[in-house]
Amino acid sequence: MNALRRHGFLCAIAIFVIGATAWAGFAPIKPPPREALFEIPQGTWARRMSGSRIEILPAEIRLTLGLRDILVLRNLDDVPQIFGPTLLMPGQSLRLPFAVASSYTFVCTAHLSGQMTIVVDPWPASPRARIRWRVHELLTAKT
Amino acid sequence: MHPVLRLLLPLLFTAAAGATDQSLIAGVFSPPRQAPDFSLSGSNGSELKLQSYRGRVVVLAFGFTSCPDVCPITLATLAQARKKLGADGNELQVVYITVDPERDDAERMRIYLAAFDPTFVGGTGTAGRLDAVRKEYGIAATRRAAGTGYLYAHSSFTYLIDREGKLHALMPYGHSADDYVHDLRILMAK
Repeated sequence: MNALRRHGFLCAIAIFVIGATAWAGFAPIKPPPREALFEIPQGTWARRMSGSRIEILPAEIRLTLGLRDILVLRNLDDVPQIFGPTLLMPGQSLRLPFAVASSYTFVCTAHLSGQMTIVVDPWPASPRARIRWRVHELLTAKT
Repeated sequence: MHPVLRLLLPLLFTAAAGATDQSLIAGVFSPPRQAPDFSLSGSNGSELKLQSYRGRVVVLAFGFTSCPDVCPITLATLAQARKKLGADGNELQVVYITVDPERDDAERMRIYLAAFDPTFVGGTGTAGRLDAVRKEYGIAATRRAAGTGYLYAHSSFTYLIDREGKLHALMPYGHSADDYVHDLRILMAK
């Protein structure tokens, strides 16, 4: 009786996992907002100058063509910053759409490493790519 | 004019301007800042100053004449875009500033650029002066050994500067001539 119950439980888990994987791989993707916003907070330069080793932006930003493929960079600091590909004045922003899947490496004074990489993935056409995209979205979702 | 209409019109124009910027293929700066001016030796034998081209839309590119891939592709794309603009191409000025003053003198740049489009103007100068220009525009250029000589790894995008001399947009490397034509027409209509 116990074995039967255990088997039923395992079957239910298996059906759930298969169902969830099939959904993640085949269900149409509801497009998220296409803009990915990154900001240099006010006072970043001053904090760096006072010796604080703060990392305010991810070293790598991942975008996906057709889903989230517009990078918005905003400099809220009091000094000009090389942010991504260009120089941004205080209060200025750059809205940069990407059209080609590739890896872009930029000089960036907002990073301690002085470098920033933007990886633009192709649109997830295959079930495997959709699963990977959904898992990534789940893991990077803001709480 | 009706007072309500007078109040609403500027808002409508602002919204329309915003919509125009949103429709550019290139990356858009908000707000656009005045493009820093410079004084360099022009490949046309004159002093090269950005303000000389006020009233035209300027595409500003950085590179070097020995560049094996990025620069020839970008300049060929820009030459094609200028042709596609037809008569409006006269409203466009391509300015190409070298990151390699050691090899790129004004005459070498003139010959190099003429192979793409004789209206393109190059800019060169002392290493210090060119460094200062790159700093103002956030351009990276790193010298690397290559065989018996050297190359530069440099920023590959171009800047789009509007008729008023505002640094309006940034076109990443790899876009087609049609993409440039699309954006240049929008900037020319402003």
